[in-house]
Amino acid sequence: MQTPLHPQHVALGGKLVPFAGWKMPLHYGSQIEEHHAVRTHWGLFDVSHMTVVDVEGDAAEAYLRRLLANDVARLEAGKALYSCMLAEDGGVLDDLIVYLRAPGRYRVVVNAATRDKDLAWMEAQAEGFAVSVTERIDLAMIAVQGPEAAARLPEHLPDALGAPLAALKPFHAHEDGNLFVGRTGYTGEDGFELLLPGTDAGALWDALVGAGARPCGLGARDTLRLEAGMNLYGTDMDESVSPLESGLGWTVAWEPAERAFIGRAALEAQRQDPARRRFAGLVLRERGVLRNGTEVELADGRRGAVTSGSFSPTLGLSIALARLPAGKESSAMALLRGKPLPVEVVKPPFVRQGKACIPT
Amino acid sequence: MSNVPAELRYTKDHEWLRREDDGSVTVGITDHAQEQLGDLVFVELPEVGASCDAGAECCVVESVKAASDVYCPIAGEVSAVNESLADSPEAINTDAYGEGWLFRLAPTDAAAIDALLDAEAYQALLEAEDH
Repeated sequence: MQTPLHPQHVALGGKLVPFAGWKMPLHYGSQIEEHHAVRTHWGLFDVSHMTVVDVEGDAAEAYLRRLLANDVARLEAGKALYSCMLAEDGGVLDDLIVYLRAPGRYRVVVNAATRDKDLAWMEAQAEGFAVSVTERIDLAMIAVQGPEAAARLPEHLPDALGAPLAALKPFHAHEDGNLFVGRTGYTGEDGFELLLPGTDAGALWDALVGAGARPCGLGARDTLRLEAGMNLYGTDMDESVSPLESGLGWTVAWEPAERAFIGRAALEAQRQDPARRRFAGLVLRERGVLRNGTEVELADGRRGAVTSGSFSPTLGLSIALARLPAGKESSAMALLRGKPLPVEVVKPPFVRQGKACIPT
Repeated sequence: MSNVPAELRYTKDHEWLRREDDGSVTVGITDHAQEQLGDLVFVELPEVGASCDAGAECCVVESVKAASDVYCPIAGEVSAVNESLADSPEAINTDAYGEGWLFRLAPTDAAAIDALLDAEAYQALLEAEDH
């Protein structure tokens, strides 16, 4: 499938690759240059392949409080939260962002690769709740990310958005007509994710590129989110693991104790388990790149593995997220192409607001 | 379509070789290879003075996407390596046949060069790969 911005990607020389059934740009020449552009100026991402689902009705809040491990009751109008959606056994079905637009009206953004599974699950779980679950295939999504995004974006949107955007807090959203703007992102930089009718997306994209925003592909998207310590569903977690073994314990709202969200019982049990695996960051200071699946060995011989690894353009070395045996080790060995190399075990993120969080 | 300079020789593993005036040869990876790999981040060059057999793995280039072995096109002794790649591996992406050169060899037998693919043959190989 192609997003409404496919013609733009072709015109810009994007290297198109298959991704979750979509043809998406991996890069437009250099994923490393695109990465740097986002950390130092501003960049654009076509994220229209993501799945947008509007959840509305008198029972929408109750439904979502059961469906999600984080608690939407914490939201006020215009606010969003990040949550996992769990199976009964505590395994992660997907991670997502949910926005409260108005009482009883929520917007949920889930991943592209999990679209069919998520929609089927959400519809099945809606049984018995006065709620509608509606996918919004008419919407495109553009992410505008980087330190210059807040200064440069407003002049390309209707004037009425100027003041609200300037005041928009992180993890909050503002709507004006067909335009929905969230101060959210997957890069660790300031920025916005815009939802708008697919028919309007090309004109806005062209205007932003014309103003100097750098088009960025999936390659840069991955190195940026990894530096920011943000998980990627399908590599860092999946149905076989819980949020507690994926560095996402902070997204689980345990209070109030009476909230019976799907997967709660399994998580309560795992919370008590001292053998629960550890999720941590790895830094390799030698020449080489940690990759998904790279084996990691602790001093006592116990083993874990890299969940997602890559090169960090901002730091100039390889970083990774990994699932390790329980413990507090600060170093380990990674097996790269048959050779053991020392790695530091750190708490992500690796880069925040363009600056290294780890000694360089 | 990737760039295939007419005056160079090639291998099926996407290395190029250039005859220098002093009898040495310069080796690198082709424009096609760098395009497939994406942004290069590390290069492991051979030691100056090392002997390499034809077809032996003598160098590793690593991109964000994958690590790839580079094979010695003809037997010889490594006479120089491109030190600047340590700081700027991206030269392989931007100038695969120029600034992106990997190493230089003193060939054991210069006649071995004639057995390598010429530009036309390499171009045909690329076209065949495409289909």
